[in-house]
Amino acid sequence: MSQRNSLRTMPDENGHYGIFGGRFVAETLMPLILDLERAYEEVKKDEGFWKELDGWFKDYVGRPSPLYYAERLTEHFGGAKIYFKREELNHTGSHKINNTVAQVLLAKRMGKTRIIAETGAGQHGVATATVASRLGLPCIVYMGAKDIERQQPNVFRMRLLGAEVRPVTSGSHTLKDAMNEALRDWVTNVHDTFYVIGSVAGPHPYPAMVRDFQSVIGREAKQQILEKEGRLPDVLVAAVGGGSNAMGLFHPFLDDEVRLIAVEAAGDGIETGRHAAAMAAGTPGVLHGSRSYLLQDQDGQVIEPHSISAGLDYPGVGPEHSWLKDQGRLEIAPITDAETLEAFQLCGKLEGILPALECAHALAHVAKIAPGMDRDQIILLNLSGRGDKDIFAVAEHLGVKL
Amino acid sequence: MSERIQKRFAALAAEGRAGLVTYLCAGDPDAETSLALIRGLPGAGVDLIEIGMPFSDPMADGPAIQAGNLRAIAGGMTLNGVLELVRRFRSDDQTTPVVLMGYYNPVHRMGKERFIAAAVEAGVDGLIMVDLPPEEDEEFCLPAKEAGLDFIRLATPTTDDKRLPVVLQNASGFIYYVSITGITGSAAPVADLVGQAVRRIKSATTLPVAVGFGIRTPEQAAAIARNADAAVVGSALVDLVATNLDQDGKARPGLVEAVHGLVRELAAGVRGARA
Repeated sequence: MSQRNSLRTMPDENGHYGIFGGRFVAETLMPLILDLERAYEEVKKDEGFWKELDGWFKDYVGRPSPLYYAERLTEHFGGAKIYFKREELNHTGSHKINNTVAQVLLAKRMGKTRIIAETGAGQHGVATATVASRLGLPCIVYMGAKDIERQQPNVFRMRLLGAEVRPVTSGSHTLKDAMNEALRDWVTNVHDTFYVIGSVAGPHPYPAMVRDFQSVIGREAKQQILEKEGRLPDVLVAAVGGGSNAMGLFHPFLDDEVRLIAVEAAGDGIETGRHAAAMAAGTPGVLHGSRSYLLQDQDGQVIEPHSISAGLDYPGVGPEHSWLKDQGRLEIAPITDAETLEAFQLCGKLEGILPALECAHALAHVAKIAPGMDRDQIILLNLSGRGDKDIFAVAEHLGVKL
Repeated sequence: MSERIQKRFAALAAEGRAGLVTYLCAGDPDAETSLALIRGLPGAGVDLIEIGMPFSDPMADGPAIQAGNLRAIAGGMTLNGVLELVRRFRSDDQTTPVVLMGYYNPVHRMGKERFIAAAVEAGVDGLIMVDLPPEEDEEFCLPAKEAGLDFIRLATPTTDDKRLPVVLQNASGFIYYVSITGITGSAAPVADLVGQAVRRIKSATTLPVAVGFGIRTPEQAAAIARNADAAVVGSALVDLVATNLDQDGKARPGLVEAVHGLVRELAAGVRGARA
């Protein structure tokens, strides 16, 4: 074990993770991305920045988030002990705020005066709008028109927080198009604007930077499980769209003997073609500034993804996930919309927790593996968001009129 | 190094005028109309033809060219189809330089070696790859140049004096100066600022400088042509394609003539600019 090279040293100086990653952006953005990289390298070494961030985590976000033993689900499945990392208890209801606090603080340091973001489920948009409001910066959030429809509560929340939500009607009207539109905004407003990317995607340094900001999840979880169980978990499970909650949990464990399972949205089923499982069913491609696994057709056109969860409805995935998959370090598990809805309801009934549809995917996979594991084994699941935002979408799928 | 591009800019310099470069998306709205459009461009006064390789997610493009890309894809255009279009154009025009513009993913998917070989064989002279900055040169720029294709680099208002040498390092054919910070077809460039920028770039390279983004009218093209070696027009032509479609998105009679009509006006503007 100790002989193996560490998997935690990526990326290289050009932002590559093996063949993945990189900086595939228009020249207009290159100077900005290089600026951001310099600024990030500076704060990385600046203890004052991390101390300031810790203060925000503690008093504003509400960290550390608890590690919770899901006793009734454990009994129900009759196998491994199940723990939830309760990221849904953070301010704004998901892990997204870990990254937005850090990026907006960085934006302030860089003297930027305007914040833009893309959002899928709206969690990243809400988290960005929240911090921008707190730090007194104007915030514009790009959101696919289709997502606006299925995530109305979050749209209203962002507006209440003073953000402008701009509907995106190009392409498939979802997350990838929102990201295209945010990039178009950035290329137009280069002088004053900071683009807060919400996932471990995009051009270097975003995937590494977002990972570093989200790694607080895994660092805490590691300490907490050692306190509670005196040992590391056997399996970590997290849902992957772009992959920020999964990378945040996994990264501190990469060199440990712990299985890592990335759960992807299989939509109606991989075989139907209507899904968002980039690693399970995609091929390497270049989109939104980096090379990663991508859902694309034979001609390199991006395939419109499908998932019940707006937060996973993305045709790509982070470059580091792609690399870890190829290294054989990540296991990939596809979970369908139907399996997700079942897990969503089960969690509410047994644990009194409505998980976001994103992490309900991860829970649905836990339902598959826990029964076959021993009772002294441990599964740690990242409960990355709360499901309040999803109740209208779930009601519709269950045929209930609210 | 493409001879056609070099010769064309040398001829323009000898004539003492700037050139007109036009962008149309291959296969917009369909392959045959697209071929008719492209075939007629030299006769209408175009000096260098830029052809878009359609992509589902054209991140640096405004609404007009996004729509053109999507129409082309819906019409069945593929990267092989783009190369076939160039091949057919080349069968009766050996002199007009053709540059393909687009995003890397379709090329990546085809395989860069395969694409480069096919592009050379089809008669392509140069490439403009929007999302391949100098930082990724080893990926594609260097192999493409080795095969004899020009790699046309974009310089932008954010390309400062420190950045410019990086941009110029592996550039060939010509430099494409993006006249605004923004997407294609958005704000109009300010001619004076563009003039300054062109002079700055020309002081650092012997390559010709073409200017594009936001140029829509003969008057704007003329203003740019006073300082630059060429003016590039795209969105205005793609918009004209869009307005000449029927309800089903099919080309209406007169589409090709309408586009060539605007091209003629633009060419007249460019040709008269320094008179």
